[in-house]
Amino acid sequence: MKLLALVRMALGTMLRNKVRAALTVLGVVIGVASVVVMIAVGLGARSDIEAKVENLGVHMIVVSAGSSSRGGVSGGAGSFNRLTVDDAAFLAKEAESITAVTPVIFTMAPIVGGAGNWRAPIQGVDACYFTIRAWEAASGRLFTDEEVRTRRKVVLLGHTVAENLWPDQDPVGQRIRLRNVQFDVVGVLAAKGQTADGSDQDDVVLAPYTTVQTRLAGRQFIAQILASAASKEAVPEALAEARTLMRESHRLSASEDDDFTVRDQTQMAATAKATTNTMTLLLSTIAGISLLVGGIGIMNIMLVLVSERTREIGIRRAIGARRRDILLQFVVESVVLSGIGGLLGTVLGFVGSAVVGRITGWATEVAPATVLLAVGFSMAVGAFFGFYPARRASLLDPIDALRHE
Amino acid sequence: MAGSLIEVDGVSRVFSVGESSVLALRHVDLRVDEGEMVAVMGASGSGKSTLMNILGCLDRPTTGRYRLAGAAVETLDDDALAELRNHVLGFVFQGFNLLPRTTAVENVTLPLLYAHIPPREARQRAIQALRRVGLGDRLEHQPNEMSGGQQQRVAIARALVTSPRVVLADEPTGNLDSRTTVEMMTLFQDLNDQGMTLVIVTHEVDVAAYCRRILTLRDGRILSDHPAAHVSARDDLARLPAEEDT
Repeated sequence: MKLLALVRMALGTMLRNKVRAALTVLGVVIGVASVVVMIAVGLGARSDIEAKVENLGVHMIVVSAGSSSRGGVSGGAGSFNRLTVDDAAFLAKEAESITAVTPVIFTMAPIVGGAGNWRAPIQGVDACYFTIRAWEAASGRLFTDEEVRTRRKVVLLGHTVAENLWPDQDPVGQRIRLRNVQFDVVGVLAAKGQTADGSDQDDVVLAPYTTVQTRLAGRQFIAQILASAASKEAVPEALAEARTLMRESHRLSASEDDDFTVRDQTQMAATAKATTNTMTLLLSTIAGISLLVGGIGIMNIMLVLVSERTREIGIRRAIGARRRDILLQFVVESVVLSGIGGLLGTVLGFVGSAVVGRITGWATEVAPATVLLAVGFSMAVGAFFGFYPARRASLLDPIDALRHE
Repeated sequence: MAGSLIEVDGVSRVFSVGESSVLALRHVDLRVDEGEMVAVMGASGSGKSTLMNILGCLDRPTTGRYRLAGAAVETLDDDALAELRNHVLGFVFQGFNLLPRTTAVENVTLPLLYAHIPPREARQRAIQALRRVGLGDRLEHQPNEMSGGQQQRVAIARALVTSPRVVLADEPTGNLDSRTTVEMMTLFQDLNDQGMTLVIVTHEVDVAAYCRRILTLRDGRILSDHPAAHVSARDDLARLPAEEDT
């Protein structure tokens, strides 16, 4: 018998028993819907993380003080800090695949002003820091190259710091004291939120690195150099170039190890992504299990159908159906049932994804591939779980089947 | 020498029931030629159902040979038997055995679909077969919307639709009233007159009398095999009181 005729027959059988068909496919509907939602949520979470990584900076490269190793004993990260402002200047001058470079000097100091005091990391940076990190002022302004060069005592407050010191008021134009040095607040940075690893990026005070170096830190060495690669594609090249130039700047001979580390965001993001992937896998597995349970539901009903229709099977065998015709008939019925369940489940999954997206604020888009995957997978489930009942049907003895009441 | 349509030689059928075994058929020999109309009679347990199942290629003899239309049935595999049932045989059952909630036309189309006839052509042939049994006006009726006689006609149309060499009917009138029984036998006689070979299992002497030959079984053996009266069912039908409107 032709496949089309079998499908038509299967649909006919379904329509004759609508309620049971609906209940049978319900398991598959729920299974497929949850698979679709979970994949959408997973993809949504991933693009959310990607956005957060992008949020760290534009094609950003980080050079940090590296480990020193003497006589085979590593001193650990930062154990031998030789990063200097000169290194940053050298990078800015020589590197071709790098468009902007800023040193970052970290220090900790009590911040006094407005409502009281607060403690936050203070970072001394160049004016191009804002470009590299794609960070803008929510109010007031950013500081300029001129102010950096002339070591002006100006600061930009992170959103968290501003909220704590001036809860009800715009701090622009106010003054704060950092270690008894007066600074003018020229702006408040736009809220950037948390990093992928959960630290608050807004709990910070930014000042020209020149000022921080002379007035606050008093140190020659700096913690980090941040740089922007010319483009996303240029990041690997920029990484290599930064490393070469840093070795040059530090006058390292070929036999010496790097005394610094160069990283880009992909490395920073890797852990966060791995976590999301694990979560997505976990959720999808649970969803997959529910699809499996749906499949077992189909098998159960198919077994009932086979025993209910034993006589029909006998009749069909008597008028010339081969075993394989019977087998195919029931497998097709099972696949049609689960396929329809898959379609309904996909529709439900779309709705579910939209709801989850609205709640979490993630871009939970259902990819077309997901739909194909879900429907295809549910049909495979139908074929797999329909096979055993169908085989039982095909192995029935025609005489016994005909006598069956 | 051309063989008969049905050639049964020394066929026995043993059923094993646990430790013991039951001999349902004991060394039966039988020839049925093209164009015959044979009644198979016998009490229940006489082996007539077993014989019918073997003739219908639903069962195989334990020992002995069975040739149907020249094919040695005992050597064929399951698929080949299915093909014989489809092409060479037509079945009519006591309980009609139509698919429920399936229209007359769909029921009659089914054997053709298993013969890989395109659906459109199959439908045309099904309609022709239904007209042949006088049901041209009941094409889209489902079994539960038809009388017993009409359902049995659908079953006969289904048996005829593949143009088989022989129609096997197992108690075809068992569920029908006496008038419908005579109507059914009229139809069978008409088909036989058109050349169709018929083997009809029945325990009703009246029904057997409409056939051309009567075979009687007892305890798995053929007790007697003789020509029948071949009473005209059409004449009997004419003598019956006119059908009341139902």
